[in-house]
Amino acid sequence: MGKYIEMIRIRFLMMLAYRTNYYSGILIYSINIGAYYFLWSAIYGGKENIQGLSITQMTTYIAVAWMARAFYFNNIDREIAMEIKEGKVAVEMVRPYPYLNMKMMQGLGEGIFRLLFFSVPGMVIVWIVFPVELSANAATWFFFFISIIFSFIINTQINLLAGIATFFLFNNDGLIRAKRVVIDLFSGLILPLSFYPMWAQNIMSYLPFQGISYIPSMIFTEGFKGSQIVEALINQAFWSLLLIVPVYVLWIIAKRQLVVQGG
Amino acid sequence: MGNISIFFQYVGQYLKTRLTYRADMVVEIFSDFLFQAVNLVFILVVFGHTSLLAGWSKDEMIFIYGFFLVPFSIFASFFNIWDFTDRYIVKGEMDRILTRPVHSLFQIVLERMELESLFGAVTGLVVMFYAGGRLGLEISWYDPFIFILLVLGGALVYAGIFISLASIGFWSDSRTDIMPMMYNIGNYGRYPVDIYNKIIKYVLTWILPFAFVGVYPSSYFLEREEWYTYAFLTPVVGLVFFMISVTLWNVGVTKYRGAGN
Repeated sequence: MGKYIEMIRIRFLMMLAYRTNYYSGILIYSINIGAYYFLWSAIYGGKENIQGLSITQMTTYIAVAWMARAFYFNNIDREIAMEIKEGKVAVEMVRPYPYLNMKMMQGLGEGIFRLLFFSVPGMVIVWIVFPVELSANAATWFFFFISIIFSFIINTQINLLAGIATFFLFNNDGLIRAKRVVIDLFSGLILPLSFYPMWAQNIMSYLPFQGISYIPSMIFTEGFKGSQIVEALINQAFWSLLLIVPVYVLWIIAKRQLVVQGG
Repeated sequence: MGNISIFFQYVGQYLKTRLTYRADMVVEIFSDFLFQAVNLVFILVVFGHTSLLAGWSKDEMIFIYGFFLVPFSIFASFFNIWDFTDRYIVKGEMDRILTRPVHSLFQIVLERMELESLFGAVTGLVVMFYAGGRLGLEISWYDPFIFILLVLGGALVYAGIFISLASIGFWSDSRTDIMPMMYNIGNYGRYPVDIYNKIIKYVLTWILPFAFVGVYPSSYFLEREEWYTYAFLTPVVGLVFFMISVTLWNVGVTKYRGAGN
């Protein structure tokens, strides 16, 4: 356990050294939130609510979806792909801790850093500029935090899968980019899933992506209530556990057929 | 004339290098296509819940997006200068450029072109014809010429803004993230400007004129007469912004002192 905390700490400090890079990031996210805010205001026109969300809830949804993204988002798929291509992975695998766990902990260090230095100040700025409504209910915040931890786990597991795929494909930049598009679309980052037509919602309810953005954002905006919250969290927990299986199976097969192209 | 033959020689070399890794290129084109599809899906899903957006219908919005893709893909193919400061100033590559007898900006355009982005224009045209067909738009004999003029205007707007930003690198080589920020602001131009408040509308028209890449020129083809003045201003705004940026660039080059090797 101690070694994992150390990995998180080191990555956190590494990020801290480059913290000025993040100020512009906050601005970029705010610009994106702004674009969607105006777009949604026009879409709502005079309407009270669409699919059970009011315009204020919608603005809050977008803001929190982007700011939560800063926490769960990481580039470990690219990092793994890079280490495989450069042959560094061989050295990493010799080390006395599981490679995948280490990658996950590094991602967590990054995530915690961004949560504190990006999401929190970003949310304050967005809250000042746009009509965002923050819940006063402590339970909502509590469920939201549990939910984004699951988001992180599910998103990271998918990243690990995409990264490990490099063992088989050698060059998987395309796969990684495609994965990003799929997640943007199916996770509910740009659109709440309840806005999609029924048939699409049905398909998406069988996929793990809704656990990445839609569920935490809906909890935060109080679009989910009571038993819905519990069901949503169970769904996230279920996927967090289930995805361990393909990650480990793929990893075991990958180790067997590892080809180090120099290093 | 010399420049034209240099251009085609670069294109020839470029195609050779790209065709060596065909699978890679196909994947890249495909993932570009996916990005464009996401924006279309957004429009389609949103219009499942509303019939008009600030007075624009679904097919009109799709048409605007399709039009936007054409100038944008031309810009993306030829003006990859978002990493100019890092690549040319910090690493001293600009020294090499300046020893050659062709205009420095033209050389950078040639070196950094990414012709596969032009597939975005094909997507854009398909989208426009689809939406235009559903709207029952008529095409006159002069429309293709106006289309080319407006597309060039839009591409020049983009090029002008990004060249101006790249020129800042001549004065200050410190790292800034202003370029990615500008790409995000550019997205505002994809939607009708009436949805924004007055300040943003003004900025998008006269300061960072991204509205001249999407809504304004499209309104000509959509027969929205209230916007015609803006539509026909597109090439003018494009030229003005492009000329300002080239002037800035030329002044900037004289300030370039090299970063040493």
